[in-house]
Amino acid sequence: MPVAIIILIILGALALGVVFWFIGAYNGLVRLRNQLENAWAQIDVQLKRRYDLIPNLVETVKGYAKHERETLENVIQARNIAMGAKSVGDRAEAENILSGTLKSLFALSEAYPDLKANQNFLKLQEELTSTENKVAFSRQFYNDSVQQLNTSIQMFPTNFVATMFHFTRRDFFEVKEEAVREAPKVSF
Amino acid sequence: MWEQIAANQRRSAVLLTTMVVVLLLLGYIGGEALAPGAGFIGLAIAFVIWLIQLGVYFGAAESVLLAGAGARELKKEDSPRLFNIVEEMVLASGLGRMPRILLIDDPAPNAFAIGRKPDSSAVAVTTGLMHRLDRDELQGVIAHEIGHLKNQDVKFMTLAAVMLGSIVLLSHIVLRTLAFGGRSNRRSDSRGSGGGGQAQLVIFVIAIIFAILGPVFAQILYFACSRKREYLADASAAQFTRYPAGLASALEKIALSSQTVAFANKTTAPMFIVNPLAAAGRGFSLFSTHPATEERIRILRNMGGASLADYESAYKRAKGGALIGPQSLQAAPAQSIRAPSNDGPIESQAGTHAINYRRHGYLPLHCACGLDISVPESYDRDTINCVRCGSELPIPAVAPAAPAATPKAPPLLGPLQYNRTTAGWESFRCACNRTIQLSPAFAAPHIRCTNCGRSIAIL
Repeated sequence: MPVAIIILIILGALALGVVFWFIGAYNGLVRLRNQLENAWAQIDVQLKRRYDLIPNLVETVKGYAKHERETLENVIQARNIAMGAKSVGDRAEAENILSGTLKSLFALSEAYPDLKANQNFLKLQEELTSTENKVAFSRQFYNDSVQQLNTSIQMFPTNFVATMFHFTRRDFFEVKEEAVREAPKVSF
Repeated sequence: MWEQIAANQRRSAVLLTTMVVVLLLLGYIGGEALAPGAGFIGLAIAFVIWLIQLGVYFGAAESVLLAGAGARELKKEDSPRLFNIVEEMVLASGLGRMPRILLIDDPAPNAFAIGRKPDSSAVAVTTGLMHRLDRDELQGVIAHEIGHLKNQDVKFMTLAAVMLGSIVLLSHIVLRTLAFGGRSNRRSDSRGSGGGGQAQLVIFVIAIIFAILGPVFAQILYFACSRKREYLADASAAQFTRYPAGLASALEKIALSSQTVAFANKTTAPMFIVNPLAAAGRGFSLFSTHPATEERIRILRNMGGASLADYESAYKRAKGGALIGPQSLQAAPAQSIRAPSNDGPIESQAGTHAINYRRHGYLPLHCACGLDISVPESYDRDTINCVRCGSELPIPAVAPAAPAATPKAPPLLGPLQYNRTTAGWESFRCACNRTIQLSPAFAAPHIRCTNCGRSIAIL
């Protein structure tokens, strides 16, 4: 067999290999991006769930701890602010503050044994704690996905595919822990 | 995360291909030993056996397995904490779809996951587990099971089991037919040329060696795969929960209890989190489905962070080999460990009994003589006598059913009005004994009691 044909075959195989790699890299990036967007939607779902649960909680607590109007109002205010926040950074901060107010509310319930024994309150407490966890986990998954996508976009061979098809780096859903650092104060 | 799954799938494909090669080789050599030139027929037979086994394994419904366990599917209201924990782990892993949650009535603490397809996936927990673990620990266990689902371990282990079954069956056939047909072959060949007879003898011997060693080799491979998958699921659990100590202490508690799960056998054993057949202390061998629990605990407690890379380095320190491989770890992000939550046991004894009543319609009791007694809910005495041996068994207390969200109004009893005496804060007792507070700003003509729902007029 003439050498030229052999060389042609080898080159053809190489080219095919490159094409396959290319397809694989592109599909990988697409998969990561979709995973990321799905994760973001999930965070939204959990946050909305929290917003819906809060009024119910406030009503239940009101029946027992009417004197603690300030804490309750803080919770409702924080919730409204969080619902209205637009950008990722604002939202993260508002959510943080809301978590803080909820913590004070639950700490407060320690002083009212009637409230603590109320089945409805216990159910709501479990739901809210679980929703907080779910928000945390969906945020965790989102941040992991962001990191994977960013790494893939930057690593050597894949970055060509990324720039060619305009895959951009994403931001993390950052949580500034400073606002919640102080322990909630409960006054009797 | 999908990177690691893809790497695992590649590795699984390699392992399975090896087993396929062993299977086909065995068929070929066995055929050749039987009658020279019949190698390809042997190959074809091996292939057919494999296909039949595949059909049997993948056609069988998983519900058959669970029927033997008496597992009941849980709804959210049965155990909201368990449901929430599973939901949290589904979110953390990105599984996408909630598996069914099943409760097995067994005092031995254990858990398992099944599901070849996302639609039929399920996670099962025993009541023994629910009584013993707190939230962090149960979260670790569930994360481990969901890790199995995410890594598609069930599908892989089923394929490996099919492979193993085919090899064992084929080697059995080869040995049998060689014992029968070999003798007549050798007799006829000895009449032919000496060289041909020699080669035939060699192939015969090779076939026998293959037929004996093949299954052993395949078994070792199968159990090695099973153990590796357990480590990988542990790594996934640490990554999802960001709290490896949770799973570690859960494993410690499970290992401490030396009970074995009632319905487990060698086939179902790989699906459990800890080997259900090994009582505490029984060593592990090359043929164990699970790695030694102390080893797993040691690795988990040795992790510096919560990422896959941290698990890998802890694994290296403990065992010296690679688990995940540097290639897949490139994209694994570094993760730190979170703070523990402080929650008590998920469900008390009374709580699980209430679930049993609701789901089974009766409470299962086990007498020491071996009889299973079903106590109906309407049975109101404190003890029950065993029908077989006569011993008196105490009926454990049952937690009251969770009240409905809006309590029904009780029959009209007692005063339904209250006369205000001052213009400031006042409180009085409702007929249901609930204290009701009235603020100075309260001006409505009625107030609703939060406990019983009665409407009381304020005058």
